[in-house]
Amino acid sequence: MGSNGIRDRVAIVGMGCTPFTEHWRKSTDDLVLEASTAAATSAGLGYAELDAFWLGTLDSGVSGLTLSKPLKLDYKPVSRLENMCATGSDAFRNACYAVASGAFDTAMAIGVEKLKDSGISGLATGGGGGDGTAAELSAPAMFSLLSPAYAHKYGVAEPELKEVLTRIAWKNHKNGALNPLAQFRKEVPKETIANSPRVAGALGVFDCSGVADGAAAAIIVRAEDAYEYTDQPLFVKALSLTAGPATGASDPGYDYTSFPEVVHCATDAYQQAGIRDPREQLGLAEVHDCFTPTELVLMEDLGFAERGLAWKDVLAGAFDLDGVLPVNPDGGLKSFGHPIGASGLRMLFECWLQLRGQADQRQIDNGRDLALTHNLGGQPGACVSFISVVGTTRD
Amino acid sequence: MAGITCYGTYIPRWRLARSAIGEALGVPTRGGTRAVASYDEDTTSLGVEAARHALVGVAAPDTLVFATSAPAYQDKTNATAIHAALSLPTSVAAYDMVGSSRSAVGALAGALDGCRDDRSTLVVLSDVRTGLAGGADESDGGDGAAALGCGASGVLADFVAKASATSELLDRWREPGGQTSRVWEERFGESVYVPLAVEAASEACKQADVDIGEIAHIVVVGPHARSNRAAAKALGVHPKIIIDDLGSSIGNTGCAHLGVLLADALDRAEPHDHILVVSIGDGADAMLFTATDLLPDYRKDRPAVRLAARPSGKLPVDYANFLTWRGMLRREPPRRPDPPRPAAPPAHRNERWKFGFQGSGCVACGTRHLPPTRVCQSCAAADEMEPVPFADVQATITTFTVDRLAYSMNPPAVVVVIDFDGGGRFQCELTDVDVTEVRIGDRVEMTFRRLFTADGVHNYFWKARPVAARTEGAD
Repeated sequence: MGSNGIRDRVAIVGMGCTPFTEHWRKSTDDLVLEASTAAATSAGLGYAELDAFWLGTLDSGVSGLTLSKPLKLDYKPVSRLENMCATGSDAFRNACYAVASGAFDTAMAIGVEKLKDSGISGLATGGGGGDGTAAELSAPAMFSLLSPAYAHKYGVAEPELKEVLTRIAWKNHKNGALNPLAQFRKEVPKETIANSPRVAGALGVFDCSGVADGAAAAIIVRAEDAYEYTDQPLFVKALSLTAGPATGASDPGYDYTSFPEVVHCATDAYQQAGIRDPREQLGLAEVHDCFTPTELVLMEDLGFAERGLAWKDVLAGAFDLDGVLPVNPDGGLKSFGHPIGASGLRMLFECWLQLRGQADQRQIDNGRDLALTHNLGGQPGACVSFISVVGTTRD
Repeated sequence: MAGITCYGTYIPRWRLARSAIGEALGVPTRGGTRAVASYDEDTTSLGVEAARHALVGVAAPDTLVFATSAPAYQDKTNATAIHAALSLPTSVAAYDMVGSSRSAVGALAGALDGCRDDRSTLVVLSDVRTGLAGGADESDGGDGAAALGCGASGVLADFVAKASATSELLDRWREPGGQTSRVWEERFGESVYVPLAVEAASEACKQADVDIGEIAHIVVVGPHARSNRAAAKALGVHPKIIIDDLGSSIGNTGCAHLGVLLADALDRAEPHDHILVVSIGDGADAMLFTATDLLPDYRKDRPAVRLAARPSGKLPVDYANFLTWRGMLRREPPRRPDPPRPAAPPAHRNERWKFGFQGSGCVACGTRHLPPTRVCQSCAAADEMEPVPFADVQATITTFTVDRLAYSMNPPAVVVVIDFDGGGRFQCELTDVDVTEVRIGDRVEMTFRRLFTADGVHNYFWKARPVAARTEGAD
């Protein structure tokens, strides 16, 4: 992997995030406005003082007008961007590059998704227009292929693996219960999780992320200007994006126990950020727990656990709020909800709160000053992966 | 001399016990079962399966003719989808003869008459038959297909004579777009059909200078069951030479039944045996065949072609699902988006993939791709691909999942990841399966199906299904 990165050249100086929930009474415009205003306000800026905008949404609008119209922006550059579940993160990445390039001094990245106007259960994405031969697989079914493959490869009995997956959901609900912005704000007994109605394969309803509406936004400035806006900026250490060749479904060598895209992405990000041991160096990680087996496999792909041993770490509580490396302290996609385009920036929002000591009951106090966000868009064998690393000090 | 050069049949695996109808409706019913096309099958897909059986080891025909009383499309030719699924060359013509059950005998007779200059025709007969709940058509109908090759070389049964007796009468009818038939009082049809059947049969025998007593196998077929039985009796032959109508296990498969029963006769015939086919419906037609010396070897080489050797492991379908599959019972759909209709240009561009199930193989390194790609996923060679047919290659299940959320006419959907013998991985739906019985390592074969219909567009593609043991024995 050969990216030079932009370590410490830009900083986050303001963020905003709406509650993630079924916003029956709020439109995409409302959500965009609320997240934008919160972010700009926290940086002490008005829209007139922001030079450029990147809006990420999977399916809740097209073009920069999706942002400029509700905000009534006067002739600013606004790009609309889509990269599946990495959409919001990629909006952030592009905004960072724009500032790092010197083209702009300030930029906003915002992600939004309005899923609950569709009238259906679960997630539905566009599609159509093809030759009708693509496999009609629901998202949980795609990811349910991971658990039997993992169990088989590492000799974990399937009931035991079910316990592991249940504990991941239980942990994320427990974290989400402490988060006033989360979609689901109560703990769920393991028994309820384990016995929830099956959706696909071994996955029950409680193994799936919440389907929600929401928006989140970040203000990015040149690192050297950061303290003009806030006493506690976050410096961007690494930004990595990988799109795989999508051969998993046609490659007999692919065994559904890893996301090679994430492995490549992590190598790149850690190199950019100068991280040698993520498990020991990161203060927290926000990862893409779209389904419980995804989080399990990610622990290994991101280098948080040894290959084939993440399940033991999960059972031992290594990734709990008080564990060696807290993962998804805000509740994750599981209980915070997953409005596709907004999720990447929502993860960053938790890093913003945690590293600045503003996470209240969820506050992690392990003395580390780096945080990681990770998104995965697509399915096992065919996905895009995004990783960012942010920190409180400029090296 | 022209005659039958190859044959194959396809009976869906699903069976409805007639007693289930009686139990649901509180009416008396006959015993036995009827064959039921799965929710993802129609007359076109059934026809493809029968034609695949018939064409094993046989050269492509010059013409394909498709006959059914239940075409998937009007205006649009259905035979072209069968043509595409068989990966036939574009120079092969494909025509429909759709509408009445008499289309079947007409298609076969026309094909045999057209065998001049060594030209050959594959006649595909297919039907999905049902009726209103509790009626005879529902109970006694069946679903299935047969394919018969007609040509002048490699003939298994010479076509020696044909006679027709045509008459206009209102016996069975259905308005365009209607799903079920209406019939006149059965005794009326019998009074007209039986003399016409005897007339046609006698005339065919006379033309060939064969005495009816010399005939080894007689097929009497048509939608009018009472007339079939009465005509068989009126021919004055020993009952044991009448080919069983398979009514107790499969049911009357409409247009396909002529081919299904003729195939059964060909399965049994010895060289020089005469086979008389009497088809009754809007008149009567009689065709006389004589088995040739090639027939036993043909059968020996193709154990799978024999009707009696069709896969075992039949699957029971309950009455509610039967009604749902045929569109007779409207069920609450899932709260999921309807699948989008397939678009015409990509379906046409990808005809060899979508219909023919041809992947690509890298000439440089041998890696096989499904769907076909231009750039090799192993060695990145670009445009170094050759087509690889996968339709007749078996595969092994590498992993699978049961999807309870995805849209399906028959939830839950079973999705499998399969590795083909000789290389090539693919992810697709598994059909004709009991969801509790799927295991990693199971063997599967490919089958042509109608995945769904959206905006009146039938989405045809391939699915995997378990390879069932083939056992000798009555269907």
